[in-house]
Amino acid sequence: MTELLRIEALTKAYPGVVANSAVDLAIAPGEVHALLGENGAGKSTLVKMIYGLVQPDAGHMTWKGAPYAPRKPGQARAAGVAMVFQHFSLFDALDVAENVALGMETPPPMRDLSARIARVSRDYGLPLDPDRRAGDLSAGERQRVEIIRCLLQDPRLLIMDEPTSVLTPQEVGILFQTLRQLAAEGTAILYISHKLEEIRALCDRATILRRGRVVATCTPREVSARDLAELMVGQTLTPPRRAARAPGEVALAVRGLSVASPVPFGTALREVDFAVRRGEVLGIAGVAGNGQDELLLALSGELPSAPGMVTIAGVPMGQAGPDARRRAGLVAAPEERLGHAAAPDMTLTENALLSGAIRKGLVRRGLIDWTGARAFAEGIVAGFDVRTPGVGVAARALSGGNLQKFVVGRELLQDPAVIVVNQPTWGVDAAAAAAIRQAILDRAAAGAAVVVISQDLDELLEIADRFAALNGGRLSPARPVEGLTVQEIGLMMGGAHGMEVAHHGP
Amino acid sequence: MIRLERRPTPSRAWAAATPVLAVVLTMLAGGLMFAALGKDPVAAIRTIFWDPLFNPQFAAYSRPQLLVKAGPLILIAVGLSLGFRAGVWNIGAEGQYIAGAICGAAVGLAFYPADLWLVFPLMVIAGAAGGILWAMIPALLRVRFGTSEILVSLLLVYVAQNMLAAMALGALRNPEGGGFPGSRNLSQYPAAANPELIAGTGLHWGVVAALVAVVGAQWLLGRHILGFQIRLAGQAPRAARFAGVRPDRLVVLCMGISGALAGLAGLFEVAGPAGQISIDFNAGYGFTAIIVAFLGRLNPLGILAAGLLMALTYIGGELAQFMLGLPAAAIQAFQGMLLFFLLALDLLSNWRVRLTVGRAA
Repeated sequence: MTELLRIEALTKAYPGVVANSAVDLAIAPGEVHALLGENGAGKSTLVKMIYGLVQPDAGHMTWKGAPYAPRKPGQARAAGVAMVFQHFSLFDALDVAENVALGMETPPPMRDLSARIARVSRDYGLPLDPDRRAGDLSAGERQRVEIIRCLLQDPRLLIMDEPTSVLTPQEVGILFQTLRQLAAEGTAILYISHKLEEIRALCDRATILRRGRVVATCTPREVSARDLAELMVGQTLTPPRRAARAPGEVALAVRGLSVASPVPFGTALREVDFAVRRGEVLGIAGVAGNGQDELLLALSGELPSAPGMVTIAGVPMGQAGPDARRRAGLVAAPEERLGHAAAPDMTLTENALLSGAIRKGLVRRGLIDWTGARAFAEGIVAGFDVRTPGVGVAARALSGGNLQKFVVGRELLQDPAVIVVNQPTWGVDAAAAAAIRQAILDRAAAGAAVVVISQDLDELLEIADRFAALNGGRLSPARPVEGLTVQEIGLMMGGAHGMEVAHHGP
Repeated sequence: MIRLERRPTPSRAWAAATPVLAVVLTMLAGGLMFAALGKDPVAAIRTIFWDPLFNPQFAAYSRPQLLVKAGPLILIAVGLSLGFRAGVWNIGAEGQYIAGAICGAAVGLAFYPADLWLVFPLMVIAGAAGGILWAMIPALLRVRFGTSEILVSLLLVYVAQNMLAAMALGALRNPEGGGFPGSRNLSQYPAAANPELIAGTGLHWGVVAALVAVVGAQWLLGRHILGFQIRLAGQAPRAARFAGVRPDRLVVLCMGISGALAGLAGLFEVAGPAGQISIDFNAGYGFTAIIVAFLGRLNPLGILAAGLLMALTYIGGELAQFMLGLPAAAIQAFQGMLLFFLLALDLLSNWRVRLTVGRAA
């Protein structure tokens, strides 16, 4: 087998952490190769070196047998490497063709480009109208823009960074068909993910990274998902325990909630209806950008609505602000940790005060009880295993996973009656994620009503009692998790957003 | 090659050291400039920083001037700093200063010549109210219609200046002044005067108010939930909303506080050092206070030091102009250097400079 790309003993260190240590990897043309690992395992650093964004400290790469050391992404693209990033870089106010042109070294005239976009999208089953504005596209469609931008460069190696985190199950199926078609034509694909079933379905080989080192290579189809997970995490995982419980009275009721989004190109909520009982966990799924942020804002009180639209313990609170809702027993943990859930330059003590002031009684007649705030912060650090030199450091000094533990812990430790969390385990390693899920279940067992908004379906199926999905700002009716199939979940999330036709043509 | 790396946590040591370093660098760079102008740099620096306070010939006059000039600067800057910390940009303190002076003086003049102890306290209240009133125009326009408080507050300065001229020529003109513009001299009307409290120090009620404001702001920012909300809103507006801060309320509050303090500064000036409402009564304190606020890193104690330093360079600069014949522009450039070095070195508290050998790329 002739190799397209060979990586030998590649090493890259950042101050305080070795991101990659003597990593070896080889990819052949037409191979779909999985790069598997937890957050912080070094996957991103490795592909950034292949793509020329970062230069290795040691080791070398060969491309079609010749030495390969790209100094910038332009050189990598010229060699035939293309990359689809996890976070899209599209200008909302420009149309699809303009966005594609902006990412090209030498864009052809717009008319030719539109025609080429149309042709590529037809050939690969990725329907896309070149004249639509990027701001109006769904997450799946935005990803298609990025993929088509790559395909127009006719790449030999396509790197995909966590491509399915923004897709419905149906859309994932269609993406896989496209990727298989590309592989059949000889394009190598480096597929980064931590979703094991996907990798088993799609990839020919897998390289597993842990703490910057290659711990195993295998053929994913021949290994069970459980074994893959344990290779990735390096320890045996215990699924969260959930006590059987009888749901109590309704703690949070949302009736006909319709509000406009506070941000341009945001998703307005339309007629959202649900109720959560004490002791119950409602899981809300949905592809990113379908109203999750708006729903959290409307529940936390940052986005006011008509009084009767949100009812906490029987009291209409649609117009109440965050303080009044906290007094009523509702706590919320937004998705964006730095800047929304926490102030980056403030200390952990100050950040503990930020949302804990009311329920922990940290302010008396306007005066701040700093001793109490520090004790509360220390309690969170101890209770949720937050790795930090102390509570006096700035929030931005914490790693993403540690800050997430702090933010979720801060809300759960306030003895809440209603908990709303968006993406509770986003960017957190598997062991910490399990701890956070267990803590949420424990609060539910203690009688709290919980709403978990997440894009991680496995997570929702693991902890939720009932399941609903957001699609274009509308919420599907909630259904018991038990007996729910992946197919049904996908349809609740909006199916394939009009992509089915793509692969049915001649 | 030099690289900047963000510090995980801001360095306290550097935050404390940079002002001193900036003054030293200003002296060096300013000395070079003075030398290039053909003046003795050592003498020039001494004239600016030393002579106003310790030269036996000038100190008797200029030492009290230090507090007279620093008082209003500090009082206004403390108010502005609260707004600046919350992301509320009141650029029009000069206008609020004038409005406070007009309102306060008007109350005082209305009682003339009654000898009541109540007159001065009433003037103080009127001065603060005048400043608040003037500041509420940009505040409410922003809250209600989303206008920029930067533009509105700035433009209202020019309105205030014209109102001042109209008052000096019209309603508040001294009826016994022989038709000259300008009001009665309040400093010669004991019930309304803001006198020097201890002879030879320059200390008047405005300076006392400035010190009270420094202590009050320090307490507010450190111990009170409102101070916490102000800091939070400036650093992370979305986190502030999550924490339950109402942005509109904060805008009105911050504009109100800074307007009140600027108005007070105007009242104390018109009843004391200036003595009367006149066409050119305002001396630019409201604008200079913006510089003082940033020079003091928006920190009350820093503003106290910065206000004194700024006043010193003004007094020393004037002294250097007529003693050494330095052009006024050179003094302004010198003050500019001070600001430049302070802000440039501020980088060091949040960033670390790394020297890397060879090519990094």
